Amino acid sequence: MLRAKSMRGSLMYSELSVLFRRRRTWAMLFTVALIPICLAFAVLASGSTIPPGEGPPFLDRVSQNGLFVGFTAMIMAIPLFLPLTIGVVAGDTIAGEANTGTLRYLLIAPVNRARLLVVKFFGAAAFCLAATFTLMITGIIIGAILFPVGPVTLLSGDVVSIPAALLRIFLVAIYVTISLLGLSAIGLFISTLTVIPVGAMAATVVFSTVTQILGALPQISVIHPYLISYYWLGFADILRNPMDLGSMLSNTLLQLAYIAIFGSLAYSRFTTKDVLS
Amino acid sequence: MVQAVDQQWAIATVGLTKSFGSHNAVDAIDLRVPRGSIFGFLGPNGSGKTTTIRMLMGLANISAGDVKLLGYSVPEEIGKALPKVGALVEGPAFYPYISGRDNLIRFDAADRYADPATRSDRVDAALAKVGLTQAQDKKVHAYSLGMKQRLGIANALLQPRELLVLDEPTNGLDPQGTREVRNLIRLLAAEGITIFISSHLLVEIEQICTHLAVMSQGKIVAQGSVEELSQAEILNLHLVTGQPDLAIEGLKSLGINATADGEKVFATVAAGQVEAERVVTVLVELGVGIKAFSLAAPTLEERFVGLTGEGFDVAR
Repeated sequence: MLRAKSMRGSLMYSELSVLFRRRRTWAMLFTVALIPICLAFAVLASGSTIPPGEGPPFLDRVSQNGLFVGFTAMIMAIPLFLPLTIGVVAGDTIAGEANTGTLRYLLIAPVNRARLLVVKFFGAAAFCLAATFTLMITGIIIGAILFPVGPVTLLSGDVVSIPAALLRIFLVAIYVTISLLGLSAIGLFISTLTVIPVGAMAATVVFSTVTQILGALPQISVIHPYLISYYWLGFADILRNPMDLGSMLSNTLLQLAYIAIFGSLAYSRFTTKDVLS
Repeated sequence: MVQAVDQQWAIATVGLTKSFGSHNAVDAIDLRVPRGSIFGFLGPNGSGKTTTIRMLMGLANISAGDVKLLGYSVPEEIGKALPKVGALVEGPAFYPYISGRDNLIRFDAADRYADPATRSDRVDAALAKVGLTQAQDKKVHAYSLGMKQRLGIANALLQPRELLVLDEPTNGLDPQGTREVRNLIRLLAAEGITIFISSHLLVEIEQICTHLAVMSQGKIVAQGSVEELSQAEILNLHLVTGQPDLAIEGLKSLGINATADGEKVFATVAAGQVEAERVVTVLVELGVGIKAFSLAAPTLEERFVGLTGEGFDVAR
């Protein structure tokens, strides 16, 4: 009870409450939820005759098992839409406060600049979690409404029960959340460079796009394992039996490296910066 | 002993400088704000007042010089000083999409020394002090500029403070609101809080200030108690007459060089050089008809304009 009370009084709680009371945040989560809904209705309307291998992975399985709606929608959302929403939230972290002038009032409250950065990063991370789970849960619900739901055939050919499949869906959502943390740190850093939030948002999205273009060029495959998006679509290992969490681990390490690098850059920039807005 | 000297001043700077490239926005100022004073910080727009305040609050880096805020070194010990300082810096700023009350709760949560258990009561008290209790649940984007200004002052009053820094607190307020802010400042000063208030309008604050500093183009051009600053060495002579040429001749016989503009005659006189009665007697004996006459110290307003050169115009 005491712990809960002190949590309620903290800056972290305040940050989350401001973030999730913002209409823009809900608009983005609503749009994220539309992805599996649109996908499910499109599959339903086109009938059940999608040949395997056409369209995004798993698309052919959606009509046989509604649980695949979430996976398919996730694969569609990872390259562009999720980075876009993360870019908006992470790019806004410091630049948005600087733009409205509230940054100066936070700093003279006083809040330590390093602490503010940490709180802002966890705020962005909370949004990543909210976005991936919104997508997955909406996918499960709409899939269950429109299609039959049953035991899931994994990529390895094994069949797992519905509860076991739900666990894997949960793990995939966690995997994607982790994938987006590095980008959140980059957005946070860019956000300390400007007082124009739109600029920081756009730069973050551009970073994610350029990274994926580089990742598509086989000529520079030597740098691919270091690109932030290298493991983004690598959650297929979670859908095999036995479950292989190797890519989950590699992905986590890669994202942690990005968080360390861009977190340090953000720290060195923000703690020495003149707040003139 | 050193500590005692430090404790005498709420704000003390030595050679405080802020450079942007080769240009010094604040140029080696020695600001001395006595504890318990209502300190008016005057200067035209662009003279460096807000930049000074930003350095005092640890928002902007100090290019050169030392700052002591409530006896603590800035920026090293700023975290110890700021909980005792309430401030309004360059206008109020809030999250437009949440209510006025929730904004105050947000800023109070940012202060790690603020007790969450008393938060709600302290926010209520601060809102009541500035008369925003009725509007507390409205979203801030629906507030007028005057209401935002009051909410900004409420934010500065969330905790018991030793020092209030108010940067242009009456901006955007109507005359009634300006009066209310002045009364509020008097009340707070009566509680023993040091008030540091910046303005480009002397008339707004001269009635309440005990001390003043005047800034112009990054430098402090005058500083001291209001009595000290009001002691004039130069008096202004104003005369209205139908015979200005004759009056100028008469004044010359008293050693005063005057100039005329239509019926009006002006001169500056060193304090103690000549008495008003004697001037009038001499002029009347010459046959000068006097419609109006005054020999008085310049108002603070006139001195302010004289010191800053530009009056209320933007410097540079």
